[in-house]
Amino acid sequence: MSMAVTGSPASAAGLLRLRRHPGALAGLGLLALVLLPALAAPLLPLPDPTLTAPAGRMQPALSAGHLLGTDHLGRDLLSRLLWGARASIAVGALATLIAALVGGLLGLAAAWLGRLLDGVVMRGVDVLMAFPYLLLALAIVAALGPGLGNAMLAIAVANVPFFARAMRGAALDIRHQDYIAAARLAGHGEPAILAREVLPNLAPTLLLLMTTTLGWMVLETAGLSFLGLGAQPPAADLGSMLGEGREFLTTYPRVAVLPGLLILLLVVGINLLGDGLRDLLDPRWSPPRPAAPAQVSPSRAADSRAPQTHEHDPTPPLLTVRDLGVDVSGPEGPLPAVAGVDFHLRPGERVALVGESGCGKTLTALALLRLLPAGVSQRGDVRLRGRTLMGLSAAVLRDLRGRRIAYVPQEPLTALDPLFRVGAQLREARRAHGEEAAYTTQALVRMVGLEQVPGLLRRFPHELSGGQRQRVAIALALAHGPDLLIADEATTALDVTVQREILQLLRRLCDEQGRALLFVSHDLALVAALCERVLVMYAGRIVEDAPLSALLRRPAHPYTAALLGATPELGRPDKALAVLTGEPPAPGAQLTGCRFAHRCPRVQRVCRGDEPALTDHGDGRRVRCLFPLEDPA
Amino acid sequence: MSGPLLALAGIGKAYGGGRRWWPPGQRAAATRVVADVDLDIRAGDAVGLVGESGSGKTTLARIAAGLLPPTEGRLHWCGQALHRLSPAERAAYRRGVQYVFQNPQTALNPRRRLAAILDDTLRGLTTLDRDGRRARLREMAAQCGVDRALLGRFAHQLSGGQAQRVAIVRALLGAPRLVILDEPVSALDVSLQAQILALLADLRRRHGLAYLFISHDLAVVERLCETIAVMREGRIIEQGARGDVLGQPQHDYTRRLLAAVPRMAPVG
Repeated sequence: MSMAVTGSPASAAGLLRLRRHPGALAGLGLLALVLLPALAAPLLPLPDPTLTAPAGRMQPALSAGHLLGTDHLGRDLLSRLLWGARASIAVGALATLIAALVGGLLGLAAAWLGRLLDGVVMRGVDVLMAFPYLLLALAIVAALGPGLGNAMLAIAVANVPFFARAMRGAALDIRHQDYIAAARLAGHGEPAILAREVLPNLAPTLLLLMTTTLGWMVLETAGLSFLGLGAQPPAADLGSMLGEGREFLTTYPRVAVLPGLLILLLVVGINLLGDGLRDLLDPRWSPPRPAAPAQVSPSRAADSRAPQTHEHDPTPPLLTVRDLGVDVSGPEGPLPAVAGVDFHLRPGERVALVGESGCGKTLTALALLRLLPAGVSQRGDVRLRGRTLMGLSAAVLRDLRGRRIAYVPQEPLTALDPLFRVGAQLREARRAHGEEAAYTTQALVRMVGLEQVPGLLRRFPHELSGGQRQRVAIALALAHGPDLLIADEATTALDVTVQREILQLLRRLCDEQGRALLFVSHDLALVAALCERVLVMYAGRIVEDAPLSALLRRPAHPYTAALLGATPELGRPDKALAVLTGEPPAPGAQLTGCRFAHRCPRVQRVCRGDEPALTDHGDGRRVRCLFPLEDPA
Repeated sequence: MSGPLLALAGIGKAYGGGRRWWPPGQRAAATRVVADVDLDIRAGDAVGLVGESGSGKTTLARIAAGLLPPTEGRLHWCGQALHRLSPAERAAYRRGVQYVFQNPQTALNPRRRLAAILDDTLRGLTTLDRDGRRARLREMAAQCGVDRALLGRFAHQLSGGQAQRVAIVRALLGAPRLVILDEPVSALDVSLQAQILALLADLRRRHGLAYLFISHDLAVVERLCETIAVMREGRIIEQGARGDVLGQPQHDYTRRLLAAVPRMAPVG
């Protein structure tokens, strides 16, 4: 075990981080409580654990010379407990080592060499696993004869299949990773790849298995000894002490309870430590932060001002978003990932929310539905047809979602339940609000253009193509005729030809039925085929809001211009791509002034002063920039 | 040298199809993921391979890199069939073809520091001593815009763009002649994508590299490649010079693919 720890490159950092892992610390403490006295037993002034004294039987605790009293043969209980714990731990650890070594090698060989060896080893493992494992251990002990050594061997053998199977699975997984292919390309042979790439990634899994199994094996040793097949009198381990003490459970419970308690401490301690080690050996692990439940706090300015433009708009807005902010939890408290988002959607309007990953567009979309995960809180006001969604009860919100606002996810394979047929899922969506849905199942199928698919309703999601699945997901969202569809990267996972069909479908559904659409995407070119207005987000802010054609013709914000300039266009291979240096700031980065300043080609000193506001730029456009690009004309 | 650097002749890959042990003599149904592929990559040439997901692009790329044995056909390196290469020529092929994976995070061992991963690559591909390796790493990191302070980190501590740069450094350490790029910018945002595309064009000019560039994005392929091959259901259905394939597509599928590419212009 210790070898695996030092063998891992992350061990030094990992052990340093031990202090920050309460579970591992507790496990270590419990284990030390049992282990240290047990290890020190030969040095302690303890009476011989096998020395009987019939005259002094069942002495109470704290009697002279016997701190915990004596057992039914007058032997010192403390001494027997400590020596018994030594035996139990030694047997458990040795059995674990043997099982891990043999099982691990078998599993690794099966995974790496494959083919015939894999078949033979795994079928052998299957045969062994088909026996109840205690029966297997009993049979081995019966053949070899009782005794602690044989019990250990039996337990080790009975656990080999478990290790072989788990290690084969883990090794197979690693074998197909790209970094193994990369190591092959670097010209390394199989032994070097096994040693440098596979074992460091396998070691934590093995270590975790060993620690969880160690506790289990201590229990099993105790079990066999309890049955009289392990430690033979007068020697004792914790299990045989438990067995002997059982007869006096009602009269002298101490004799049985103490070894039982010791087993409990040992097993719980080992398991806690094992869980902790797995985390600590993973360089990707960081200490968990206390997660606050998703919260909503009203905006400071909730009712004080309307968004700056569209004030004289004839149609009342469908959705109004004011000063929306989203805070995610960071190591030192909440970080504002989205702030000051103001916009509104008119009925039937198709609007895109565009930005690069991490700019907060998905958080914004989820905040509109009040669907943010735990640990993320939102501020500001969202109103649907003038009615605020903030402060609504979960039941009322549930009723609005799906009925008035519906969501189309990115990856329909994970959004559809793999265990239910398409028909059942459509039926369920139609019934969701305890009232008649807006459309029949047949109408929904026709709307999304799936009426030609034979036996559609009887199919499972995996029996459909990606495009068909996305159509089903759209049908689910349409079941109650919502006023607003929010589609989050709804075509990103699809091939170009299918992508185009889905875009056309979304466009048609919105056009024909007067439905508004908020289309979240990282791809401006996609948006151009679908939307009328574009909201460009950068680092948690809306930096530009403009009608599509105006935005494409003359972007006002330098970031929008850079996005347009960086997108390759088919048929223009010689278009010089505008290369923005650097990367977007992380959420909560300490920035003063404009969030785009450090990448902006037009940055001035004043840009690093106060953050610019999203201001009216004429023609129904808004831009958050002190020096917006002017009309080239 | 006039002939192609790497030539794929009649390459096919099928899974399954082995003899069944019961009933004896029968064959299991085979799934062909690549069939009858002929493709030449000349030194310094950039070949784009486009097609929808599941069309066999990645399988073909892995075969070309020697990561996957084909079930049919031959690979030729500098005019020689691969199985006829002498050990020295084989080593040259090994060094000469490198691969950049789609997801840089899974292509870098999560439990090792980047410097260790890169040093291993140098040890595997070159005979440089410690100082030589350090100098080579410094040079390539500089060319690829990788801050050397990043190399002490683990892959998960890098952003997607930085990790892909490190993966490109790794591919170039052994001075390859052909780099296979499997959707190297698909996971990146457009501003980072532009950075990586510029880097790839620059590196190609500087080192005279040949590229086999796999992408589902025609506009990206058009920028970087002079030759384009369109793949569908495991076969190359059309290949030729960029202008011909994109300008006068012969195959109906190519035409549909071109028509589906979103344009940066408002519709309607």
